[in-house]
Amino acid sequence: MELKVQTQGGCASSGCGSSADRLAHLPEAIRAKVNNHPCFSEDAHHHYARMHVAVAPACNIQCHYCNRKYDCANESRPGVVSELLTPDQAVKKVLAVAAAIPQMTVLGIAGPGDPLANPERTLETFRQLAEKAPDIRLCVSTNGLALPDLVDELCQYNIEHVTITINCVDPDVGAKIYPWIFWNNRRIKGRKAAEILIRRQQEGLEKLVARGVLVKVNSVLIPGVNDEHLKEVSRVVKAKGAFLHNVMPLIAEPEHGTFYGLMGQRSPTSAELTALQDACAGDMAMMRHCRQCRADAVGMLGEDRGQEFTLDKIEHLEIDYAAAMQKRAEVQAEIEARRAAPHQPAKAAFVSLASIERVRPQPKPAEPRPVLMAVATTGGGVIDQHFGHARAFRIYEASVQDVRFIGTRQVDLYCTGSDTCGEAETRLEQTIRALDGCEAVLCARIGYEPWGKLEAAGITPNGEHALEPIEEAVAAVYREWLDAGRLAPVAAASERLSA
Amino acid sequence: MAFKIIEGCVNCWACAPLCPSQAIVAAKPHFLIDAHTCTECAGDYADPQCASICPVEGVILDGLGVPVNPPGSLTGIPPERLAAARAEIRAR
Repeated sequence: MELKVQTQGGCASSGCGSSADRLAHLPEAIRAKVNNHPCFSEDAHHHYARMHVAVAPACNIQCHYCNRKYDCANESRPGVVSELLTPDQAVKKVLAVAAAIPQMTVLGIAGPGDPLANPERTLETFRQLAEKAPDIRLCVSTNGLALPDLVDELCQYNIEHVTITINCVDPDVGAKIYPWIFWNNRRIKGRKAAEILIRRQQEGLEKLVARGVLVKVNSVLIPGVNDEHLKEVSRVVKAKGAFLHNVMPLIAEPEHGTFYGLMGQRSPTSAELTALQDACAGDMAMMRHCRQCRADAVGMLGEDRGQEFTLDKIEHLEIDYAAAMQKRAEVQAEIEARRAAPHQPAKAAFVSLASIERVRPQPKPAEPRPVLMAVATTGGGVIDQHFGHARAFRIYEASVQDVRFIGTRQVDLYCTGSDTCGEAETRLEQTIRALDGCEAVLCARIGYEPWGKLEAAGITPNGEHALEPIEEAVAAVYREWLDAGRLAPVAAASERLSA
Repeated sequence: MAFKIIEGCVNCWACAPLCPSQAIVAAKPHFLIDAHTCTECAGDYADPQCASICPVEGVILDGLGVPVNPPGSLTGIPPERLAAARAEIRAR
């Protein structure tokens, strides 16, 4: 089933384009809310920025993947912050950032801890922002335990999005993830704790959906604990009206001091994550570009400009927010005009209808095998990045039917200071590991040393398609390999690999 | 009798709003309990509130100086495993 479509400029090529399509079932009002939210829309994250403020570090549950002690400037992952703010300080920081970065559309409160565990600080921040910065969208991320009681109040402050972390709907699975919760003035452990948490999460989800609030569900993929079970979680939350499901890999390094990190629980591989995302996909939107940001991240996804806006730097700043709001509106209107403009000269590419529907056709045994290729791109839909500059690679699967966007793999995963954190692994080794399963990497340029190491790892570097549209280049490389006889059918492929 | 917060507290704020006697002070380098005000929640709750939400093992002591949440009790990490992991990380 082959369908000829026009490749489009910007990120509207099949990866991001299909992401827009995946949200196409949503009513117009919801799509408008998603359109400029960098975390929800895969296309928007190339244009818009977000920030998190850490105001509420308390938590009412313990998760085996979390350790709230951690504070590291080099790390980028949930729970990590350098500075805890009062609501007044947080509001000032938001206004300062919004004035300096007009692309900033979203303010989230996402930890450390659970923002709704001591709701006063979180709600006070939202209350002030709804009044002082009405052009900023507010969102909150929660474990859900306190959520049902706070839905009404959250709705008063223009909270359009809520993320609930739901790792299970079965208390027996939950008992392996949550050692305890604090509930009705007591610490409760084991299965009973998980049962209460699950009930409250589902109740919160239902109430938010009934109020028209967009709900995204985050799930942490923990191999051997909830991997199979997450398919059921996805089915349940989708049936209840969650609009996006984000399955994230467990982060479990021993140096983070978490239960899983210390007890040897492994993180999933990129391939396992992709397989589970595919299995959960069905007709529900799956989020595939999540960067698992710091709880005080500032700027575009994957970058952190937090150091420009520390308390001492903004303390004496006078912000004319009325002027800033006008500038923001202008800049954002320009972005929208650019996004809506007719796309670059259309060249034909083959993208199957099946790929848009996200139903993956199984290749027949006699067909040439599909190939995973990684692409270094800054996001314009073309191969335009130096291999060594890429902080993330877009992964495509090429087959005889089509070129399909699989997801994004990060290489600056969670830690950017490998020299100081006791990590023996070099950046290049990390990159090669992140590209596990890929057979080619397409980039604008690549140095001599990484070239050799990639080849040694069985990944063919290719700089011949610089500045070409991604799908066309991937398809061209695939055809070239096909013609050269490199793509023996699946059964024969294993022989080739072991040879 | 009064509870006590010692070094190791991460200033996460969870305990302070729960104290029925307002005995918890947001001090530096870590939170403190005013010994004159703390009642160990007697008469208010069956369980002492600060110790029932505290996520860090060993940092809240009861009136006898005994940790209310001893090592391993909250995280489930056996103390010997924690010590071994710390040694491994230091040795790198």
